[in-house]
Amino acid sequence: MSETRRLRLAPWLATLALVAVWEIGCRVFAVEEFLLPTPSASLAPLWEYAGAIWHNAVFTLWVTLLGFALAVVFGLLLGVATGASRLAYAALYPMLIGFNSIPKVAIVPILVIWSGIGAVPGVLTAFLISFFPIVVNVATGIATLEPELEDVLRSLGPRRRDILLKVGLPRAMPYFFASLKVAVTLAFVGSVISETIAGNRGIGYLMVQASSSFRTLLVFAGLLTVAAMGIGMYALFAWLEQRMTGWAFRGQQPIG
Amino acid sequence: MALIEAERVALRYGGPAGTLALEDFSLTVEPGEFVALVGPSGCGKSSFLKVVSGLHPVSAGSARLHDAPIAGPQHGIGMAFQNATLLPWRTTLENVLLPLEVSRDHRATFRRKRAEHEARAMALLRTVGLAEFRDHAPFQLSGGMQQRANLCRPLVHEPEILLLDEPFAALDAFTREELWGVLQDLWTQRRFTVLLVTHDLREAVFLADRIHAVSRRPGRIVKTRAVDLPRPRTLATTFEPAFVDIVHELRDEISRVRQA
Repeated sequence: MSETRRLRLAPWLATLALVAVWEIGCRVFAVEEFLLPTPSASLAPLWEYAGAIWHNAVFTLWVTLLGFALAVVFGLLLGVATGASRLAYAALYPMLIGFNSIPKVAIVPILVIWSGIGAVPGVLTAFLISFFPIVVNVATGIATLEPELEDVLRSLGPRRRDILLKVGLPRAMPYFFASLKVAVTLAFVGSVISETIAGNRGIGYLMVQASSSFRTLLVFAGLLTVAAMGIGMYALFAWLEQRMTGWAFRGQQPIG
Repeated sequence: MALIEAERVALRYGGPAGTLALEDFSLTVEPGEFVALVGPSGCGKSSFLKVVSGLHPVSAGSARLHDAPIAGPQHGIGMAFQNATLLPWRTTLENVLLPLEVSRDHRATFRRKRAEHEARAMALLRTVGLAEFRDHAPFQLSGGMQQRANLCRPLVHEPEILLLDEPFAALDAFTREELWGVLQDLWTQRRFTVLLVTHDLREAVFLADRIHAVSRRPGRIVKTRAVDLPRPRTLATTFEPAFVDIVHELRDEISRVRQA
């Protein structure tokens, strides 16, 4: 089997292996279904409750992507500011670290007080949890310009805007796209947290409802749905990263 | 009138208690000259390039360009370093055009004169033998080819002065000697003024009209040697007794400096 084919199959095989261990473990040790259902049993409610799961999953996806979109805009702006200006970096960085250290679970009740139950707290939590890695990556990409290149540029007497547009930003793009993959999965964490604490729709809400009536199978079906959406979005942004910044990946292409 | 005039220049990094990189450094360069600075590593050779380009102000003494004190980044200077700092997302041609896009003197008219600029860049690429690689990305070029492009970039806005900081140090011996010829061709065609910093004595003797040996830190010029070998110099020149004599003479001086 060729190296490329093995690499392509590896994630599927690893996932299958995990599922097999889980399935066999549950059967061998006769784990009660309301504690840990087998993966095959968890697939059943995906059919049974397909309507409800679809309805709530689409809602969660929208909430997540909306929060994520805010994070991209805001993160890019803040990243460029802190990466290009040492003053902005000094002024804003401690504050950003502070914000990032606050558990987002603790913020949801405040968001609910401000905006009521619904989509808004989910969007804001997804935004708050996912913008930090974008800021840090964009700032790093811009701030780590090689000193020699900086000298070459400075001796030409350019405007700061030109350096930023022609060198700083393109240079930061691989960092930016790498952070998008991480940030989009974090955004799911944010929206689902918000829905479990204070929601009236979405996968998180569905799972809380299911668990309060001991329908463990449905809870697991919800978890699988979130995981699948996370992987899907990650794959989308990984593909986008390859397309937009292929020049940064030349070392990873198979040789020969 | 001299183009570059440095008189008793001192350069100190990081405040009054910082490292003294240059002290009592005096040097005059005439237009069109090819001048090399050689010396042990860390002797402040590169610091002098920063003074000339206006990237670092002198701490004492005076540095003048066209009889005006050097204050801040100067017009008409091109720079190239040991690492080819080509931008990986641009093609060879786009990399060579970068100075015209961002420089104070050309950015306003860059779009309008695009064809003219490209012709200029292509003329340079032809001289260094990269014409057919104009649309290749830097990572598709070998190290030697990247350094060739890196030599074209600072020349595209036709600067008066080219500052080179060990431009060939990262290359293998064969490629390096090949690029000496390339640089000599560029210089013979265009007659800009060159200030070359290197620790390769054969490189300095091959390329320069005049060589200055620099002392250990703080850097000072301890010996000046004119190179009157006929041009164009070829690899055969490097085996002639006159060439070898100059290299030996400089080597003796540098080892004396290092032990002092």
